[in-house]
Amino acid sequence: MTTVSRLAQGLRLTLALWLLTVVLLTLPLLGLARVVAPHQAEGSLVRAAGRVVGSELVGQAFTQPRYLQGRPSAVAYGSADPPASAPSNLAPGNPALAKRVAEDADAWAAMGIARPAADLLTSSGSGLDPDISLEAARQQLPRIAAARGLPPERLEVLLRQQVHRPLLGVLGPELVNVLAFNLALDQLAP
Amino acid sequence: MLSWFLAALTLVVVVLTAVPLGRHLWQVFDDRPHPGWDPWLLPVESALMRWIGDRGQPATSAWAYLQPFLIANACFGGVAFALLAFQPAWLNPLGWPGMRWDTALHTAISFVTNTDQQHYTPEQSLGPLAQLGALQFLMYVSAASGLAVGFAVIRGLCGLPLGNFHQQLIRSLTRVLLPGSLLLAVLLLISGVPMTLAEPLPITTLEGGRQLLIRGPVALYEAIKQLGENGGGYYGANSAHPFENPNGLTNLVSGWAMLAIPAATIDAFGRFLGNRRQSTVLLLLVTGLIAAGAALAMAAELGGNPALGEWISGPNLEGKELRFGAGLTAFWATLTTGSMTGAVNGAMDSLMPLANLVTLFNLFLQVVFGGQGTGVAYLLVFMVLAVFLTGLMVGRTPEFLGRKVEKAEVVWSSLVLLIHPLFVLLPAAVTMAGADALAGISNPGPQGISQVVYEYASAAANNGSGMEGLGDGTPWWNLTASISLLGGRYLPIVALVLLADGFARKPALPPGPGTLRTDTALFTGVLAVVLLILGALTFFPVLALGPIAAGMALFS
Repeated sequence: MTTVSRLAQGLRLTLALWLLTVVLLTLPLLGLARVVAPHQAEGSLVRAAGRVVGSELVGQAFTQPRYLQGRPSAVAYGSADPPASAPSNLAPGNPALAKRVAEDADAWAAMGIARPAADLLTSSGSGLDPDISLEAARQQLPRIAAARGLPPERLEVLLRQQVHRPLLGVLGPELVNVLAFNLALDQLAP
Repeated sequence: MLSWFLAALTLVVVVLTAVPLGRHLWQVFDDRPHPGWDPWLLPVESALMRWIGDRGQPATSAWAYLQPFLIANACFGGVAFALLAFQPAWLNPLGWPGMRWDTALHTAISFVTNTDQQHYTPEQSLGPLAQLGALQFLMYVSAASGLAVGFAVIRGLCGLPLGNFHQQLIRSLTRVLLPGSLLLAVLLLISGVPMTLAEPLPITTLEGGRQLLIRGPVALYEAIKQLGENGGGYYGANSAHPFENPNGLTNLVSGWAMLAIPAATIDAFGRFLGNRRQSTVLLLLVTGLIAAGAALAMAAELGGNPALGEWISGPNLEGKELRFGAGLTAFWATLTTGSMTGAVNGAMDSLMPLANLVTLFNLFLQVVFGGQGTGVAYLLVFMVLAVFLTGLMVGRTPEFLGRKVEKAEVVWSSLVLLIHPLFVLLPAAVTMAGADALAGISNPGPQGISQVVYEYASAAANNGSGMEGLGDGTPWWNLTASISLLGGRYLPIVALVLLADGFARKPALPPGPGTLRTDTALFTGVLAVVLLILGALTFFPVLALGPIAAGMALFS
């Protein structure tokens, strides 16, 4: 076989495998997705008051005292234009990390939380972590109660309803989805 | 406690599934009739072979095997490069133009070598056409190329002819990667991974802020990314992104998928050899190595960061998603570097120094499961050298798998092992001598050295993970990493195929009373020592300057 004919063989192979792995494989799965799991396929969107307010899976930035706040994000929860998803990439020994944690701890102290939970001081792997720990949520309840004029016990009940337990009880820790909790808050006391 | 249990469970499942999957791989690559599969797939495979004009005869020489492999890889990479560099902006929902030439070149090389190192931000560079047409395509064919070559080497070392590359490539797809990735994709989809061609969705958040949800055909991409040991993320955050890895179940299944095929390949090797005991001890050896590495990394992460002790007690959660936690992120970091997948579910840069040490060690060794197909081949090379060393000790001509180990085998094996440090340490040293390239380092002190070494180790090992603080989107990093990617992929493969082809042509020797058995605990122990000495000591100086120094600084 000449080099030219071998090259032609390589190009034919490329064309065939491209059609196989890109078109023939993807299109049926896209169709199947619309049938078996349309909600997940479209990004697990959450609707409230007739409009899409986000995705169950993707965290959002919350800064107001009347809302539960999530973890620090290195990418401002993808709110910048163009969007991104990334961690801080700060090494454990990087002084910039200790400085950020100290500043955040001071900010939480100013909101009345003397020793915030670890997840409120550490930024996540994607910058889009939708969850916080039960402890981190509980620490914020008095502030939210004051901002909304609700009895704190009522919020404690809401928190217990909102804890999502991991699949089969073991595949992960008990966490609170920040967006879901805040949507429930808005329903409770708009 | 939970993370320890789930990590152990994952490894147990990997070992258990290696047996049926290994049997399947053996049937796929042993040219024997496969009654359940042949009626469906043979017509398709034959049609593909006819279309490319290959009659399917086995290669008559090492070069005859390598030539179609190299030509096919060049074509795959070339098509992907063209798509990445020249994608018209109107084909992209966010209007990104083609990549700069050096980034497109690096990306095409990185994905065609089964590495998937990413020097670009996917959300800010690629639309669905490039993600599917260039990257998903390369993820399938690079993994299939690795499997084909890996089994050709296994066949050669077991005394069989290497086989036909095109046939092995096509069968890797039709009988392993396509069905496997489809099943995995459906599971991921049901668990929450998006699968759509819908446009990016601008959202007004609950507080009135803005967020752009970029969705895509992620489930299938994710499935081949994990199962094919590719590792290049649809999103910048890779498997930390909630759309790629939404919950604990997807995390465990994706972790298993990284090891499933390399573990099964070891089992299949034993079946080719007709000695299951041999493959079982090898499988237990690498499982033991990855378990030891994982235990160290997990203990380090769960122990927490002393530099933050004033504010935080407990695990090191910086750069980690809560749904996985510190333990399973450290576990995943071990799996992804051991298996040459390179997908990450948290920040490698924010791992504790001891966990960094484990990940670098895995990249240096390349056999703690190792790459798709090639991992086992590297392991066999280490065995050749271990046999040679023990042969020297007792003063007789060493034999391996029933054939004499002579000059050619030792030369090719040594070459395979020397290529890796060459393409890691040399570019790292050159980079550290130049101030411009050093400007990319983002963390001060010893961690900066780790970032540079990790970049080239990941490239040369065809892993693809990175300490992503490194500002690597410049021509220097793109081009030098491309050299390590190519050198770390194709040179060892050429040497491996030459080794295997020569080996298959040697006369088989009946085992005698003086034959050194390689399937015993004693030899496996010798092999482990050879792995540690040859594989790791070469790199000890950079480990001392990087993670070990960082650890001493952090804990002093």
